[in-house]
Amino acid sequence: MPKERIPRQEMPRQAPEERRRNFKEVALGYTLEQALTEAQRCLQCKKPQCVEGCPVQVRIPEFIGALRNKEFRRAADLLKDKNNLPAICGRVCPQETQCEARCVLARKEEPVAIGRLERFVADWERQNGVQVPPKAPPSGKRVAVIGAGPAGLTCAGDLARCGHGVTIFEALHAPGGVLMYGIPEFRLPKDVVEAEVEYVRSLGVELRLNWVIGKIKSVHELLEEGFDAVFLGTGAGLPMFMGIPGENLSGVYSANEFLTRNNLMKAYLFPEYDTPIKVGRKVAVVGAGNVAMDASRTALRLGAEEVHIVYRRSRAEVPARKEEFENAEEEGIIVHFLTNPVEVLGNEKGWVRALRCQRQELGEPDASGRRRPVPVPGSEFDMEVDMVIMALGTRPNPMVFTQSAGLERTRHGMVVADENTGRTKLERVWAGGDIVTGAATVISAMGAGKRAAADIDAYLRGERNQVWWVEPEAAAAS
Amino acid sequence: MYRIVAREDLAPVTKLLVIEAPEVACKAQPGQFVIVIVEEHGERIPLTIADYDRRAGTVTLIFQEVGKTTRLLGTKRAGDELFAFTGPLGLPTEIENYGTVLCIGGGVGIAPIFPIARALKEAGNRVISIIGARTKDLLFWEDRMRSVSDELVVTTDDGSYGRKALVTVPEKEILESGEPVERIWAIGPAIMMKFVSLTSRPFEVKTIVSLNSIMVDGTGMCGACRVEVGGKTRFVCVDGPEFDGHEVNWDLLMERQRIYLDEEKRALARFEEMCPSCRGEQH
Repeated sequence: MPKERIPRQEMPRQAPEERRRNFKEVALGYTLEQALTEAQRCLQCKKPQCVEGCPVQVRIPEFIGALRNKEFRRAADLLKDKNNLPAICGRVCPQETQCEARCVLARKEEPVAIGRLERFVADWERQNGVQVPPKAPPSGKRVAVIGAGPAGLTCAGDLARCGHGVTIFEALHAPGGVLMYGIPEFRLPKDVVEAEVEYVRSLGVELRLNWVIGKIKSVHELLEEGFDAVFLGTGAGLPMFMGIPGENLSGVYSANEFLTRNNLMKAYLFPEYDTPIKVGRKVAVVGAGNVAMDASRTALRLGAEEVHIVYRRSRAEVPARKEEFENAEEEGIIVHFLTNPVEVLGNEKGWVRALRCQRQELGEPDASGRRRPVPVPGSEFDMEVDMVIMALGTRPNPMVFTQSAGLERTRHGMVVADENTGRTKLERVWAGGDIVTGAATVISAMGAGKRAAADIDAYLRGERNQVWWVEPEAAAAS
Repeated sequence: MYRIVAREDLAPVTKLLVIEAPEVACKAQPGQFVIVIVEEHGERIPLTIADYDRRAGTVTLIFQEVGKTTRLLGTKRAGDELFAFTGPLGLPTEIENYGTVLCIGGGVGIAPIFPIARALKEAGNRVISIIGARTKDLLFWEDRMRSVSDELVVTTDDGSYGRKALVTVPEKEILESGEPVERIWAIGPAIMMKFVSLTSRPFEVKTIVSLNSIMVDGTGMCGACRVEVGGKTRFVCVDGPEFDGHEVNWDLLMERQRIYLDEEKRALARFEEMCPSCRGEQH
């Protein structure tokens, strides 16, 4: 008799009508039974495709195999062999385009829920006591990591395990970068982030908060003062605006400001926490990426009556993760496709009263391969709102580059770095994450941090330091 | 944590704190600011650097108690610690030998104008200074300002000390007197900086102001502090805090400063309810 097919296990979630007014985590995680059932679905491939789809090459079939045998501790150790931040990745990675997209099962049915299993194992370990893995003996080398976000934490953790002395310099008063200021509590609880940062610290990484590199010290000074290598992982923190009239009216926020107030500063707990935030009655969020979803769902939870997403392209081009977009729609966010703001209108007190928009239609594909939105003449209309949040993307913050002669950057302010090693044009300086790629995902930043850590380790051990920089073309030819 | 090593009450609501922060002191320059979080659940507030001592490794802040956070900061004594202290942020003042310069400090703005005046004096300028406040009680550092100025005019709005006038009155007189003023610095409430700029405009004397907009991170990340200067959007935290006063959209700045007035009132009322004097006595 053929074996009965086990369906992919759904993860319990808070009901939309309930969760839209609280900041508690939406996805509740598998029960033990669900996790074990889901783990049964893994085919334990000899040549696992899923691992290749993972930017940090997590030993996926192995940790799922251990989980299946209820060897939870071993599953956690296998997971953390490649990933220093598994409870975070299990929650915010776009598995549907990475590991799960490569799962052999996905050809015929739904892929193994790798992300949910990763989360289950990581959460199990957090509840049952985190173990610090063995470390290599001290190398006597020192590395400065700039920025305590996903790239920096990953790079620092790996280097510490290799025996190097690592110091992270973080500009804000709390470590975590975008994990703390950007991603809301309901998608990534801050105690999860704190626990994973604590794990990196337990590996021997020193964390210096409130240090703005570029102001308090330059990259060159760090090198002169005894650091053997510097890794730049300062992300893309500079918010973009549209450049339309009325954008500086009171009530217009960048998504970065809105989310930083709410997440890092905990404005949703005002006045227990001191940072205030405005709650719009009718809110327009411009953009349809993950940040736009986070901002709109946050506005809703703060008490907005209506939240409108305004996006100039169509449903097919929405850059947010499918799951997050669905979550937003389920919670009652109203989406306006093919709509582009042209002006923010204010009242006599300088407050937002409406967003003037223009209808769009899709034309020929543009440089991104997506069909270009073309304005429809005479289609302007006013959307009455009292708050506008601009979620248009971010660029690298130029501050870290003060007095960093020799670091080459692109026109858009991104650092030029080798994709495989993270080496910049400035000797002994590596970079990775959004500072190189522009705003991308947590896991791609972690992958870059990991590759850089491997190269830094090899460099510090004297294995790869004959030629610092090879032009990509020359590298391809050889 | 960042230890407070000294405290001085300059006036009933104006306090001076000396903070131990050697790395910040080492790099601080006139015109720059720091972000402070007083206690763990606190907000991030920008405070302009009033002075620094590189050898002692300290930074001096002067602030007026206006809202909950500054009131709470005002309860701190020597030996207490601040939760966070970040800096030096913003671009430093462009110090050169311009010839004759005019430095104007209003209210608590006297504090940040002092290191600028001192640096300008050290660079060889003839420094004329005007310091003013609403009333005598709000004035401080007259002696320090005098020590770095070739001339000093002191004003109060109510005439309780010095000359009864707004700072713009002696400003205009000096500009009209034929003093070859090459550049003006003005730091104080937005309304004062606006009128100092309006006063100097007909004389075509470049007027640098230090804007005090609302900030969160103070490192260019959020854009809360954005202002319009010369028709362009600028971030006070990274492009400033100093700008050409003749180019600033003052009305927009002042509107944006009022965004959280209701919340500020609520927070202050709650703070007073929780008995700030009791909190102060614990120290």
